[in-house]
This record gives sequence, structure tokens and C-alpha cells, in this order.
Amino acid sequence: MKVVNNKVHSVDGLGIMKGRKAYTDDFAEKDSLIIKVLRSPHPFAKIKKIDDQEAKKLTGVEMVLTYKDFKRIPFTRAGQGYPEPSPHDKFVLDEYVRYIGDEVLAVVGSSDEICRKALDLIKVEYEVLEPILDFEQAIDNQVIIHPEPEIHEMFDIGFKPKRNIAAAYEMNVGDVEKSLAACDYVIRETFYTQAQAHVMLEPHTVNARMDYQNRICIYSATQTPFHVRRIISQGLEIPLSKIRVIKPRVGGGFGGKQAIHGEMLVAFVTYKTGKPAKIVYTRKEVFESSYTRHPMRLEMALGADKNGKLKAIDAKVLSDTGAYGEHALTVFMVTGSKVLPLYNKVDSVRFVGDVVYTNHTPAGAFRGYGAIQGNFALESAIDILCVKMGVDPIKFRQENMMKENETSPIFAIMGEGTAGTAMNMDTCKLEECVERGLKLIDWQSKYPRIETEDKIKSVGMAIAMQGSGIPYIDMGAATIKLNDDGFYNLMVGATEIGQGSDTVLTQIAAEELMTSVDKVVIYSSDTDLTPFDVGAYASSTTYVSGNAVLRAAKELKSRMVEEAARILETKIENIDFDGKRFLNINDKKEISLIDFSNQITYSHEQKQLQVTSSYVGHKSPPPFMAGFVEIDIDKETYEVEIINYVSVVDCGTTINPMLAKGQVDGAIVQGLGMAFYEDVQYSKTGKLISSDMLNYKIPTRLDIKNLTTVFVDSYEESGPFGAKSVGEIGIDTPPAALANAVYNALGIRITKLPITPEKIYQEMRKKNEK
Amino acid sequence: MIFMEIGKYYAPETLEEAYNLFVESKDNKIIGGGAWVKISLKRVEKLISLDQLKLDYIQENNAYYEIGAMTNLRSVETNENIKLIYSGILNQAISNIMGVQIRNLATIGGSIMGKFAFSDLIGVLLVMDAKLEFYKLGEISIYEFLDLKKIPEDILLNIKIPKRDSKGYFKKVSKTHLDFSIINIAISKGKNFIIAVGSRPGIAQSAINTANYLNSQTNFTEEILDKACDIAIDELTFGSNLRASKEYRELLVRTYIKRGIRQVIK
Amino acid sequence: MKINLNINGVSKAFLIQENEYLLEVLRRNDYTSVKRGCDNTSCGVCTVLFDGKPIPSCSMLAIRCEGHEITTVEGIEKEAEKLANYFGELGADQCGYCNPSMALTVYSLKKENKHATDEEIKAYLVGNLCRCTGYVAQHQAIKKYLGDES
Ligand SMILES: Cc1cc2nc3c(=O)[nH]c(=O)nc-3n(C[C@H](O)[C@H](O)[C@H](O)COP(=O)(O)OP(=O)(O)OC[C@H]3O[C@@H](n4cnc5c(N)ncnc54)[C@H](O)[C@@H]3O)c2cc1C
Ligand code: FES
Ligand code: FES
Repeated sequence: MKVVNNKVHSVDGLGIMKGRKAYTDDFAEKDSLIIKVLRSPHPFAKIKKIDDQEAKKLTGVEMVLTYKDFKRIPFTRAGQGYPEPSPHDKFVLDEYVRYIGDEVLAVVGSSDEICRKALDLIKVEYEVLEPILDFEQAIDNQVIIHPEPEIHEMFDIGFKPKRNIAAAYEMNVGDVEKSLAACDYVIRETFYTQAQAHVMLEPHTVNARMDYQNRICIYSATQTPFHVRRIISQGLEIPLSKIRVIKPRVGGGFGGKQAIHGEMLVAFVTYKTGKPAKIVYTRKEVFESSYTRHPMRLEMALGADKNGKLKAIDAKVLSDTGAYGEHALTVFMVTGSKVLPLYNKVDSVRFVGDVVYTNHTPAGAFRGYGAIQGNFALESAIDILCVKMGVDPIKFRQENMMKENETSPIFAIMGEGTAGTAMNMDTCKLEECVERGLKLIDWQSKYPRIETEDKIKSVGMAIAMQGSGIPYIDMGAATIKLNDDGFYNLMVGATEIGQGSDTVLTQIAAEELMTSVDKVVIYSSDTDLTPFDVGAYASSTTYVSGNAVLRAAKELKSRMVEEAARILETKIENIDFDGKRFLNINDKKEISLIDFSNQITYSHEQKQLQVTSSYVGHKSPPPFMAGFVEIDIDKETYEVEIINYVSVVDCGTTINPMLAKGQVDGAIVQGLGMAFYEDVQYSKTGKLISSDMLNYKIPTRLDIKNLTTVFVDSYEESGPFGAKSVGEIGIDTPPAALANAVYNALGIRITKLPITPEKIYQEMRKKNEK
Repeated sequence: MIFMEIGKYYAPETLEEAYNLFVESKDNKIIGGGAWVKISLKRVEKLISLDQLKLDYIQENNAYYEIGAMTNLRSVETNENIKLIYSGILNQAISNIMGVQIRNLATIGGSIMGKFAFSDLIGVLLVMDAKLEFYKLGEISIYEFLDLKKIPEDILLNIKIPKRDSKGYFKKVSKTHLDFSIINIAISKGKNFIIAVGSRPGIAQSAINTANYLNSQTNFTEEILDKACDIAIDELTFGSNLRASKEYRELLVRTYIKRGIRQVIK
Repeated sequence: MKINLNINGVSKAFLIQENEYLLEVLRRNDYTSVKRGCDNTSCGVCTVLFDGKPIPSCSMLAIRCEGHEITTVEGIEKEAEKLANYFGELGADQCGYCNPSMALTVYSLKKENKHATDEEIKAYLVGNLCRCTGYVAQHQAIKKYLGDES
């Protein structure tokens, strides 16, 4: 391979670094109306009265929008395929507000300042209602967060709003109770994970204008332009054909931009007034009023026999979806489906639980998508079990974990919102990942700990898996067009959001067309111009959209060869195409690609050569990894320094090794953020305190000492040039690896994220008191 | 995003003018670098910039280093002479505040006049025994400044740091490198010890009894250090907030006071 | 009110409000390379050079900038190009939202301390947050850029 799996610069890095216009707000019309949302000061309340008379009189105020301006059409903002596995429980604006930061009304004015003045003039009377702020008290609470009659599920997801349940699920393989009862060793532990915030540096941003065909053209910093178009159409009853959604460069998403946020209001204002409008979330809105990772409680029970065989896994999970149920079921299912198959030799597995409503900021998609929560619980529990059994946790994993050519019954049972797809692990280099990781971190000499005068050095590890798209659901399509002068356009619906998909997809096309990256010009994504793609989520882009690009390139190539055969007056099988010229192998006559493309464009039997191909996965080959952390703990203060994080990853072929490494590095640091730094704090009244970057702390470059990221050789037959996914897998291991390292250092077990020095200190105090 | 509303902006050319504008009304405010003003004030009638008053300088004479109130933090941090005094703790404390961008903007004057509870600077200025010169109030010590019930309605002109042959120690404990302190500890040792603890979460406080106790000792055994820490915990007040509990703060103080003392007596 | 700003060596009149911050004025006038990230001095993506020194433009009142030199990434195009090249080589590009501000800060570091150590580089750039890259590839690219003699 010449282009794939080679060092290739990103196709857009130069222009981005130079600051060329690229992101959504760079394209906002100068005279855009500004939309500002009045946000609820109460966690739960009914709007009794809105007095906006004074505000409306203010010069420059275009309109004030309240729930009365919208037809009551429930929808979900989740940004998923249709029908969505998320409940339709949201209205553009509603009479009820369900968390501090929820939308009360919107002011539309000629400037930011006018909107703010208008907001100050508006008086809202609320009937303040008793909220549910503790997700463990939500089910069958006398308070019902969603009593409205219109809301519904699209198909059975266990939606029981009267009980504050947004979704529920249960899955059994074998009989867990029986298996556990028969085990020689059983451990039980409960884990908690927090509502991590995405903190993509570009806030949620949308702008719109009516174009000269009187259609609404929306620029949105979104991961899912096609879903955005559909949801706007359904929610506002604007014909789909009247909407164009353009996704320019996106400044980070991580799942946070899978859902729609400002789109509805912006689209409504522009459609209604005919004037351009825009919204840029403040950082506080991003924290308080977009969405977070689902906080969870995970009650785990593991059982093993005295021969060191893991026999049973029982996971009872409660997930908090906050005020609205976006991704409630699917994130929950991934907590099981992309975690539990790691140990596929058990007799029985149970995965059961509910996703509940509370009066907190809603939860939604976030890189890892439930797997990081599940991984923290399972991989911590495995170490706990090993301690109880007195066995080596590495050996235990090596004996019990998934290996190549094996399978797990869970794949067939659990999909995302639906049944799953049975599959074999045609590539699973987990054993090699563990072996290499042990060497790279120098486990042998550091495990479990090295004590010096004032510090303890220790190591910890965890293994993980993810998926590559959702089989039979995620569809990606690509169009490739040959131009005169012999270069190509590649149009994809796949959404570049910073993960490098434009570069990777270009490489795939260039490899197949035997050309260089600069001869393939990519464009993503625009609902008018590019073919459909579900968008950037579920680790689907390289695998699903990449396969679509590969197909399109293959088909275009054969169309080109067909035409060349006509021009060179021979049969197709006699044509040899090497990317630069077509050769008739019989008479050695040839035509260069440039001459060919010019001729076919301008002079003889002219035609446009262009093909569109699409791809739907039939399986979702998981990438695997082993993550190892080395830490130094201060013996007196329990401050933790993360010395190194070793990631050994099997993601199949790395289409772009440097960018793949970037995906893992970035995900590891986000995972370390969740494991260690990113504390989510609510006040007693339900207000998010950590709602700005002063109080919500993501890792800085001084906090990251060293990352060692390597890839094992692996080739997944079903993937484009052997690739699987790599976007999410990196985030899963840090919480468990860190918790295990802390245990190895001090003999205490932190079960609640984040693992702060203060929590370690509190646990040490308890331990020393005993 | 416009945060604070400003009635009118002034950049007077004389101190008298600036002062008169300032004392005219409670709603008039002085702006140093403006980083804090921006996020803390909603409305200001007259915003008075000191940009034209030539308060941006670092000078020295025989007795003092004098830093103009409008000198930005980065200039103080990178000043080669300031790095040499008190083992460079002023430089260290500043270099741990956020990134260079904000340090190029925020001023030393604003950092003092804000009287921030989380301040990493004030403890260091305490152990350096710094003096503050105000336009009307004249010169007062940083101790006196902290004792004032209210922030004086005056213009801070400069900060004087006495030249002493003292060693220094500074420690900031924070979650990430861009966070406020969970606790910060400054110690100086010339003839005597001076110890200050900030972000308790209250503003930096001098541990006078602790210092007195240490000053009476000659041999700093483990027991003596423990006793000194007991005194410090006793005389300073600690509390809990979103960054840490009272107990954990106390643990940090014990640990780092000891480590600091060991370092400055080396 | 009207003020004169010198941006990238060109002096022009700008219409501003007294309480507007430099970031707002720049973006409104098509200097969109300067980004908004956090609104409160915590992220670094709004960095510009003010008389050659990096500052957060989100917190500098525009009115105070009269008589000073403002530099955005367009003003150091050659340097940005060099840095972009090393970013490309080391795979340090992701969403790129932090990149223009990074170029400005790194350029300023190069002028102040060309031979900065690893720790000095990190300390100088710590105010430039990046949520995508995990920092390692950026760091390697920046080191190469600082060592570039061309
Ligand atoms: C995001 C952020 C994080 C920070 N983190 C830290 C940290 O970790 N540690 C730390 O120690 N500090 C921290 N600070 C504080 C920072 O270091 C400065 O101290 C702060 O910004 C004030 O400096 P300034 O020049 O911006 O003052 P301004 O915001 O201009 O003014 C602050 C106050 O002082 C008054 N004032 C200013 N100058 C004078 C004067 N000459 N005479 C009289 N009154 C005056 C103003 O009226 C105002 O009330 C942080 C600040 C921000 C914005
Ligand atoms: S927007 Fe200025 S520092 Fe974040
Ligand atoms: S590349 Fe996305 S924030 Fe740095």
C-alpha cells in the first residue's frame, strides 16, 4: 500500500492553521438576528405567566418566542437513525422546564446586547415544583418529570414515563444466580461514574439564511447533518426538500454534537422572518444546557471457580438520563454489549437495569458511549476478584478474555436499541496487546508497587473493546467524480469533526485509484451535495463510510477502464491501469489519465464519469486494546502523578498511522480526565456548579507527562484495506487502569469517579482506622 | 459576548483625575488588566483605566524592589532580579497562575486589590513583608492591607519588596495546572521565619504563632516540626469548598509546611 | 465610537462600543481566525499578540488597544505555514480549533526562548488548551518548529 498506512499529512491542516474561514460561525451572515435563550433558574417548574411586553417594545427586538409559538410536536434531539431508539419527549419550547438551564423562551434581536437587555426586562412567573435530584430515588417517585400525554417511544424501549423510566433493558445468558451460587469465589461491588462534559473547544453554533431559491440553508457545527435536516423537518413541519444543512469544519464533537441544540430555534426564526439568524452557545450553556455523559450506578457481581475460570458476570445498572431521554437506551446497552463480551468464556451473564429521568442537565452521546462506564466497573471488579482469589490479574485476564476466532453470545442478543448481530472475532489481537503493553510499561519490575522514601510507584491496567459502526443500521455513501486533468472529487456525507475522516477517506480513495492524496479533493458534508451518511458516531466513519468510499473508487475505476477499452479499441481485460495511464497490453498502445479525462470531457463521446456507492455493515468488528498506567503517589498527601500511559491497540490497519495515534492519545487524555480530573458538582438545589472552565477542569499539557501509543499488526478482512475503528476505544481503559493502580499502590479501592487525591485520603483514613 | 456594561470609559492622564473620577461614585471602577473585572462585574458607570499613568515599571534602590501597580504578572515573573530574591518564590508563584496569555494581561495591582481568597500572590507578598503604596493612603504593609475591613477606595501605585537575604519556599496544590489552589503555602526564612497559607479557602493568612515557635527553636527535629504544624492548624482556619474538604486541606498544610521548613533551613 | 487599530501592520479605523472586547471586534471585522472558546480567559483559543505578547482577546477591551500592535495568525503566515507542516508530519492536527492560537503562542515562545526545554514549552503553552490531541503530537511538532533554522 502506497497511501494507506503511510505518513500522509492531513488534507486541511495548513488552511486551518492559517486561520482560513472554516468553522460554522465564520460563515454567519453579518446581519444575522441573534437568538438568546432565557434559561430556567428552577430544576422543575411550570411556567405560569410570561410578561414580555417591555422587552418587545425595545428597539431591535424582533420577537420573543415562547412555547405558545410552537405546535406541540414531540421529538428527540438525539440525532440518530430513524425511527430513533430514544423517546420523543422534547418540545422546541414547553410549558414545563425540567432542569436548571432548560429553555424557557427565546429572545430574537439585532445584537447580543439588545437580546440581553430584553432578557432583563422579561418577567416569568413559575409554579416551582419538587424536583428529583437523586437518580437513585427517581423510579416510582411521586414526582413525575414527564407527565405530558403526547410523548412516546418509536418502538419498545421500555419507556415508562409515569415511573420516570426513559428506557429499560434486560438480557440473560444462562442463569446467573445459579452460576454464582456454584462459584468458589464471588465478589460484589457497586461503582459510580459522573456526568463528564465534552468540552469541545468550539461551542454549539448554528446559523441560517433563506437562499435565492427560498430554501432555508443552515450551517451547523453538527456530527449528523442528515439527521439534523430530518429532525428540523419533522419538528417544525418544514418540507425536507426546503432544507439544506451544511456542516463546515467542526471544532470538536466527541458525541456532544450528535444531537441538535440550537438548530430548531435558528431554523424557526429564519423560516418565519426570512432573515438570517444565528446562535452561539456561551460556555455556560455548553456545560449547563447541552448534554453530558450518562452518570451511572453499576452493581457488579463476578464469580469464578478455583481453577481460575471466570464463570458468571452480573451487572445491574442504573443510568441517569437527566431531564430528557436522548440516547437513554442505546448508551445503556453499549455499557453491556461493548464490555461484557471481553470475557466470553463465562457460563452466564446478566445485564439489566433502567435509565431514569431526573431534573439534571440531560445526558447524551459521548465518546465511549456507555462502554467507559461499563469498563470501569468490570475491569475494576476483575482486579477485586483476583485479589480475593489470590491470582495474578494479568494471568487471569489472559486465560479468560476474548481471543481471535472466538465469539460471544452477547453479540447476537444486544445491538443498539435492537437485537444484535452474531459475529466471530476474525481479528482480535488482545493477547498481543497485553503482552506488548506489559513490556512497554515494564510491568514486571513495577507491579504491584515500588516504595521510595516519599513516594509509591505503581502500575495498573485494563482491557477494552468497542465496535465499528452499527450493523444493518449505519449507512454511509460516497460519490467520486473524475475531472478533466485527471483529478477526482470525493463527496461524502461522513462528517469530519476533527477526527481526520476527510484525510482518511481521501487516502482510501487515493489508494484504490492508485493516485496521490492531492489528486482527490474531498467535500463533506452538505445535504444538498453529498450523498447520505448517518454521521460521525458509533465509531463508524472509517469502517462504514470508508467501505463506501472504497466501493465507489472500485466502481469508478472499472467505469474508467471500460471507457479506456473503447478508446484503445480492445477488451476490458486487456487494459492495464496503473493510476496514471491505461495500457493495451496487446498492442502496447496507451493513453494517459490526463489525456483520457480531457478527451472524455471535451472531445469524443463525452460523458461525466461519476459513481455513488453505499455501504451498510453486516457486522461491527470490535477494535481491542490494553491500557497500562504508571503512577507516582505521594505517601503523605496522596497526590497522584500520571507518569505514563501505555496503549496497545488492535484497530486493524491504521489507514493513517499518525492520525490513528492522535485518536488514541486524545481519547486517553479524555479518559484520564474522567478518571481523575473532571469533577461534576451540583448544588443542593440542582444547579450545576462546575459550569465553566474555571470550575470544570480538563487535563492540560503539563498534566500529561507521557503517552506511549502503539498498534499491533492486524488486518480485518471486512474493513477498507483491513481497517477497524479507532475513534472511541482509547477512552475506555483509563478509569479502571487508574483505580487498579491506586489499589496496587495503597490497597484501597476507589469505586466512585473521579479518583481524586482527596478520595484516596478519605479511604486511607478509613483503612487506617480499622 | 459582552459581559460588563460600561457607562463610559476613561483613561485619565493624571492620578488626581483618576482618583476624583473613582471616588465620585460607588459605581465607578478602576481597571487594571481587567481579567477579573470582566468576569465579576455586571455594570460599571465609569471605568477608569490607569494605562496612561506610567505605573508599569520595575525598579530597585538600596532597600527595595519597587513594582508599579500596572506591571503585568508576566513582566514580574520574567524579571531576572526578582528571580534572585527569596529563592525566586514570587516568580514561581506567578508562573503557576494560568497561562502566559492571562499573565500578560493581569496586573500585580489588580491581583492585590482584588483581595482574592484563592490568590497565590498574597501569601508570597506576606512572607516578603511587602509594602503597598497608595495614592492617598500612603504606604501601608500588606498585613495592614489584609486587616482592613474594606478594600480601600484608593489607587494602588506600587508594591515594595524589602531587600533581605532570605530564603523562600512556595507550594501550590491544585487539581490541574490551570486550576485555582486547593491550598498554597509560602515560607521565608531570613533572620526569622514567616509563614503564610492561602486558599484555605479564605484569603492568605500569616501563621504568626507558628513562626514565633519556630523562631525560638534551634534544632528542627521531627517532633518540633510536628508541633509547629499543630500550632499552624490551630491558629489558621480552614474550610471546605468544591475543591477540597477542610480535613484534606489540613493534611496538605501539615505536609507542605514541614517540607517547606526543611527546604529553607537547608 | 471610532478607534484606530493596528492589526497585522495595517492601521484602520474601527467602529466599536466602549464595552466591546477585542475578540468581538476582530471577529465582526472578518478576522475570524481568532476563535471564541470559553468566554472567561480559561482556554486560549482567542489568543492574539499584543505588542508581540500573547494575550486573551476575549478579555482585552478593544478601546485599550489603540496605539498597540495586534497580530493575528494572518500576520505571521510564513511561521504558521512552517508550524502546520510539522503538525502534518507528526499528526498533530485534529479539529484545529486551537491551532491558530497555538501558532501565535508558539511563535512568541520562539522569539522569547528559542531553546526552551520540554517543560518550558509546556509551561509556556499551558494556557492553550486542546481537547482533541492529548498534546503529545503537538508537543513534538512544536519542538521541531522551534529547532527549525530556516
Ligand atoms: C480565569 C482566571 C484564573 C485565575 N487564576 C488565578 C490563580 O490560580 N491564582 C491567582 O493567584 N490568581 C488567579 N487569577 C487572578 C489573576 O492572577 C489576577 O489577579 C486578576 O485577574 C486580577 O488582575 P487584573 O489586572 O486583571 O485586575 P482587574 O480585573 O483589572 O482588577 C481587579 C480588581 O482590582 C482593582 N484594581 C486594579 N488595579 C488597581 C489599582 N492599581 N488600584 C486600585 N484598584 C485596582 C479593580 O478595580 C478590581 O476591583 C485568575 C484570574 C482569572 C481571570
Ligand atoms: S475565549 Fe478567551 S481564553 Fe477562552
Ligand atoms: S485540535 Fe481540537 S481543540 Fe485542539
